[in-house]
Amino acid sequence: MKIVVAIKQVPARDSLLKVNPSGTWIEDADLAYEINEPDAYALEAGLQLKEKQGGEVVVLCAGPERAGQTIREALAKGADRAIHIETADQGVTDPLALGRILAKALEGEQPDLVLTGLQSDDLGFGQTGVIMAELMGLPHGTLIMNIEPEAGGIRVKRELEDGWFQHVDMQLPALLTIQSGATKLRYATLMGIKKAKSKEVRKLAAAELIGASASSIRVERIYLPEKSKKSQIFEGPPKEAAAQLVEKLRFEARVI
Amino acid sequence: MSGVLVFIEQNQGKLHKMALEALAAGQQFAAELGLPLFAAVPGSADALTGYKIDKVHSLSHELLKDYTPDGYTTALRQLIEAHKPRFVVFPHTYQVRDYAPKLATALGRVLVSDIVGHRIADGSLVAIRQLFQGKMNADVRFEGDAPHLLSVQAGAFRADTLQAGSPTVETFTPELSAAQIRTKPLELFRESARAVDLGAAEIIVSVGRGIKEAENIEIVRKLADALGAELAASRPICDNGWLPMERQVGSSGQTVAPKMYVAVGISGAIQHLVGMKGSKTIVAINKDPEAPIFEVADYGIIGDLFQVVPALIEELKK
Repeated sequence: MKIVVAIKQVPARDSLLKVNPSGTWIEDADLAYEINEPDAYALEAGLQLKEKQGGEVVVLCAGPERAGQTIREALAKGADRAIHIETADQGVTDPLALGRILAKALEGEQPDLVLTGLQSDDLGFGQTGVIMAELMGLPHGTLIMNIEPEAGGIRVKRELEDGWFQHVDMQLPALLTIQSGATKLRYATLMGIKKAKSKEVRKLAAAELIGASASSIRVERIYLPEKSKKSQIFEGPPKEAAAQLVEKLRFEARVI
Repeated sequence: MSGVLVFIEQNQGKLHKMALEALAAGQQFAAELGLPLFAAVPGSADALTGYKIDKVHSLSHELLKDYTPDGYTTALRQLIEAHKPRFVVFPHTYQVRDYAPKLATALGRVLVSDIVGHRIADGSLVAIRQLFQGKMNADVRFEGDAPHLLSVQAGAFRADTLQAGSPTVETFTPELSAAQIRTKPLELFRESARAVDLGAAEIIVSVGRGIKEAENIEIVRKLADALGAELAASRPICDNGWLPMERQVGSSGQTVAPKMYVAVGISGAIQHLVGMKGSKTIVAINKDPEAPIFEVADYGIIGDLFQVVPALIEELKK
């Protein structure tokens, strides 16, 4: 089975973010980056499926040069090769344009299964996989917890709201977005890290994959959210802060 | 028609709890932009006949009875192309996340997903959505030709602002064949019965990633005991198996609104916030002053939970 896993590099989870002076994006020069966590689960699902079924796992990533590090980490965990679509520093922020680039890069690959995370921790549109499915003409499923190969296709377990689940049958090729947390993530082994150095990373340029086309949306500005509630925040020594909080809960909120 | 079209999620004849919030958003947009309001609903329109809507399109087709992304995309695309709305509004549900990006792509548009608010500028709509797990907001403008598609976050618009009225109802029968539907949905199921009803708890103490290790949950359990509270958690804690799934609060777990909700080491990703932001009093303990949980908190302590929680327990015993 040939499995493509689309991954993204995003600012590390605990990053303190600042808006840049023009208010168009964050100050991204000094940030640490890591794999988008939901995509790490998609990679894990792909690697597990390969271990069961045999085949190949190809990592697909669109991002600036720095994304190369995240790609190497995915190879170190066991992916066989990678396609790195190089973009400008900020990456591609229009979900439809990104979907077009990713779909275009896969022309000629003919994967049986394309996997990706359910959403990105930076832009959070939660759409890349579904957009790719439409552009590639594939059936899809989202928020997938489990994939079982069946005669002529797969049976997937989909998460619904409020603790409900559903099995869905579909034929291959197909695209799935993987729900986070369904399995444990593996670490790269020393051997894996060593092997990753010699694995193939094919480089493509985003600008050459699709021509410039007008986006149907424009991010006008970004900013820190205004607080919707007036919070009373206590800082300082824990003992004092705790005493102040308990006082408020007893005599102001009257909840204890 | 060039108005605002709201898609009402209804499964097996039952309205989704967020459907009326999307309708409330649609009523607001239509009123502010001076546009007519339309709604589309799969199956019977009975649940909508009391609201101020100009016209309801009841989508009628055997193949829409069970949700499939192919069936819904095909049907809605036909409705949109026939009636040419300027805006299409969805509730940001799991189902909408499954098909609306496909529909938008088929129409050559970007769905502006999960908006938390809006404003009107220059006679058009500016959507506000979150970035970086709620740490930043972005103002997003629609460019080019209609339709403009957007989905609204749970709780961002209030169903209790809905205006009453009596819409006309029209049946829309899409052209749809079984061959177009490539996935086969099977029965819905639940993993296990829920033994814990967090919905009934007056006080909930909830623990998140900040706890770092399973053994550390004990100190949060002690805080829950000191408050006479139920213990709950955000998703990563339950995914790790540190607490059972039935104690998970958030979009994939339970939705709660207790008298007091104490969030310990929870950053406040939106998937968690939608499950608890209706709580009467919210207390947050987190070391990151920028954590989104503080945006919904009434009271907060910025500090190391491993020092703050024991101090709190001590103080509560006094």
